[in-house]
Amino acid sequence: MAMKIYVPKDATACALGADKVAESIIAGASGRGIDIELVRNGSRGAFWLEPMVEVETGSGRIAFGPVTPDDLPGLFESGFPGEADHVLSLGPVDDIDWLASQQRLTFARAGWTDPLSLEDYRSMGGYKGLERALEMQAQDIVDEVKESGLRGRGGAAFPTGIKWQTVLDTPAEQKYIVCNADEGDSGTFADRLLMEADPYQLLEGMTIAGLAVGATRGYIYLRSEYPHCKAVLTEAISRAEQAGLLGDGISGSDRNFTLELRIGAGAYICGEETSLLDSLEGKRGLVRFKPPLPAIEGLMGKPTVVNNVLSLAAISTILAQGSANYRDFGTGRSRGTLTVQLGGNIRRGGLVEIPFGATLRELIEAYGGGTASGRPLRAVQVGGPLGTWIPETELDVPLDYEALAQIGGMLGHGGVVVFDDTVDMAQQARFAMEFCAVESCGKCTPCRVGSVRGVEIIDRVIAGQDREFNLEVLDDLCDTMIEGSLCAMGGLTPLPVRSALSHFPEDFGD
Amino acid sequence: MNSSAVAPREVVENAVESHRGRIGALLPVLHCVQDIFGFIPREAVDLIAGAMSLSRAEIHGVMSFYQDFRSEPPGKHLVHLCRAEACQAMGAAGLEQHARERLGIDYGETTNDGQFTLEPVYCLGNCACSPSIRINDEVHARVSPESFDELIAALETED
Repeated sequence: MAMKIYVPKDATACALGADKVAESIIAGASGRGIDIELVRNGSRGAFWLEPMVEVETGSGRIAFGPVTPDDLPGLFESGFPGEADHVLSLGPVDDIDWLASQQRLTFARAGWTDPLSLEDYRSMGGYKGLERALEMQAQDIVDEVKESGLRGRGGAAFPTGIKWQTVLDTPAEQKYIVCNADEGDSGTFADRLLMEADPYQLLEGMTIAGLAVGATRGYIYLRSEYPHCKAVLTEAISRAEQAGLLGDGISGSDRNFTLELRIGAGAYICGEETSLLDSLEGKRGLVRFKPPLPAIEGLMGKPTVVNNVLSLAAISTILAQGSANYRDFGTGRSRGTLTVQLGGNIRRGGLVEIPFGATLRELIEAYGGGTASGRPLRAVQVGGPLGTWIPETELDVPLDYEALAQIGGMLGHGGVVVFDDTVDMAQQARFAMEFCAVESCGKCTPCRVGSVRGVEIIDRVIAGQDREFNLEVLDDLCDTMIEGSLCAMGGLTPLPVRSALSHFPEDFGD
Repeated sequence: MNSSAVAPREVVENAVESHRGRIGALLPVLHCVQDIFGFIPREAVDLIAGAMSLSRAEIHGVMSFYQDFRSEPPGKHLVHLCRAEACQAMGAAGLEQHARERLGIDYGETTNDGQFTLEPVYCLGNCACSPSIRINDEVHARVSPESFDELIAALETED
C-alpha cells in the first residue's frame, strides 16, 4: 500500500518552499522505488515549522520540519518516509507540544485534511451543523447562536446572534449573507489559514446563516492579496455546488443558498463593513453612515448579515456541537476560543487557538519563544495597524475583549506583532498616520486630511521643532480624528499614535 | 498577462456578458480585463462604459480608488513589497531600500527594460515569516537582500 505523505499547500508553507519540497519528495520516492501518495493538506498554523511534512503510520502521523528541498536526500538516507532518526524529525504530530497544548475548535481540522476533500471534511464532523440547521426553525438557529455567546471575530466583537436577529426580524424579499474576508490587518492570517485549510467550514457556516435569517444569496469578499485563497475557495464552491451543498435544494431540502466569491482590489478600508458593501456594489469603497445598520439596509439596501470569516466558520461548530459546548470555553463575556496570530519579530510564529484568559506574556513566551532576533522585546502591537502599542512592562494583561479595553487597547482580529529593542516608536507612530493617509477612503476630512497633517506634525516632533507646541497640536488632531470620523480608520488611528507616545516618550525626543 | 493579440472589444464583451445580471459587476469586469491585459486600456474603459451604462468618469473613479487597477501597462513581473508592521519588525524598511536600488526604480515605476514593476503592499498574510514579498502570484517568506537578488536574477535569466 502506498505511504501517505502530507505537504501543506498553504500560502506561508509555499512561501517557504513547500511546492519544491513536494516535488522533491515525489522525485526522491520514485527514484528509490518507494510507493507514496502525496496529499497537499492545509497548514496547522505552526508556521515556524513549515514546510512541515507529515507521514501516515500505523500509529498516527509523524512529522518533519521545517523541511527544505536540500534536506530531502539526507532525510531519505536516514529512513524517511519511515521512522527516520533525523534532526528534522518532530515525532508524532499529536506530541508536538506547541500544537497539543492548544484547544482547537475552529481550527480542529486544519492540517489534518485535504482542504478540498468533502469526504475528509465530513469524516471530521463537517456538515453536521448544516444537517441539524436544516431541521430547525430559523428562530431556533438564531437562538442557538445567541446562547453560544459568539462575538464577531473581525474586530468589533459585536454579538453575532443579535445581528442575526435584526436581519431575521426585518422583512424583505431578498436578504444577503456577506462574509468579510478582507483580512487587511498586518499581523493577522487566521482567516487566510482557515479558508486555505478548511474552506467548507466557512461555506457551511454561511449556508447556516442563510437558513437562520432567510437569505438565499451570499458573497465572500476576499482581498486580492490572497491568490492562494482565491484558488481554494473557487474550487471549494464549485465542488460544494456539484455535491448539492450550495445552490437550489441544499442537501435535498427545499432551501436555496447561492454563494459567489468576489475579489477586492487592494483597499484596506474595504474591511470596514459598509465600505465593503459599497465595493460589492461595484463602487468606490466609501464608508457609509450608520444607521441604517447593514442588518436593516445593507447590500443593495437589503437586510444583510456581514460577518468575519472566523465568526461564520464558528457557526458550523456551534450548530454541530451545540451552543453550550462553545460557551463553556472562555471567560466572562469572552466566550469560545481565542485565535491569536503571533507575527513580526517572533521565534515561533503562527496561529494559536486557546480558551480566552491567557496573558499576552504567556503567549509570547510559551508559544512565541521570544523574539526571532534574540534581542529584548520592546513593544507589541495588538489588534492590527489601528491597535494599541503595549510595552514589555504591560505584557501581563489577559487577552480578552474587556481586559484589553481596560488598558486602552483592543483585541481586534487577534493579531500580535512583536518588535525588539531596535524599534523606533516615533517612526511607528508616524507610520500609523501614513497608513491612514494611504488607506483613508476620503469621506471624512479628519481622516483624509488629518492623517496627512499627522505625518507632518510627527515629523516636526521628531526633528525637535517646537516640540511642546507640536505635541499639543498632535493631541488636538487625535481628538478631532476620533470625534470626527465615521469609522475606525480615522477613529482608531490615534490609538497607536497616542500609545506609542505615552509609553515611549523617549523616542520622541523627551 | 499583456496579451496584445486579443482585441479589447472581445475581452470587454465577454467580461460584461459573463457578469450580466450580477450585483456590482464593475469590479469583476475590471479584474477580468486586467487579468488579460495587465492593465485597463483606455479603449476598454470606453467599451465598459458603453456596455454597462456607466460614465467614463464613474469607471475612472472606481479604478483610481483601488490600488490594484492600473491604466498603464506594468512590467512583465509585478513585485510587491510588504510595508506593514509585521514585516517592519523584521527589517522591511532595509529590504525596501535594497529593492529600490537593485531595480533602480521607486514604487509605481517600471524598469527601463520593461521587466519589473515595483509596488507597495500592506500585508500578504504571511506575518509569522516576515519580511514578505509577492512576485506575480507567488509569495516569498523571510526575504533578505540576498534572497531578493536571487529571485530577481532567476527571473532575469528565465527570459
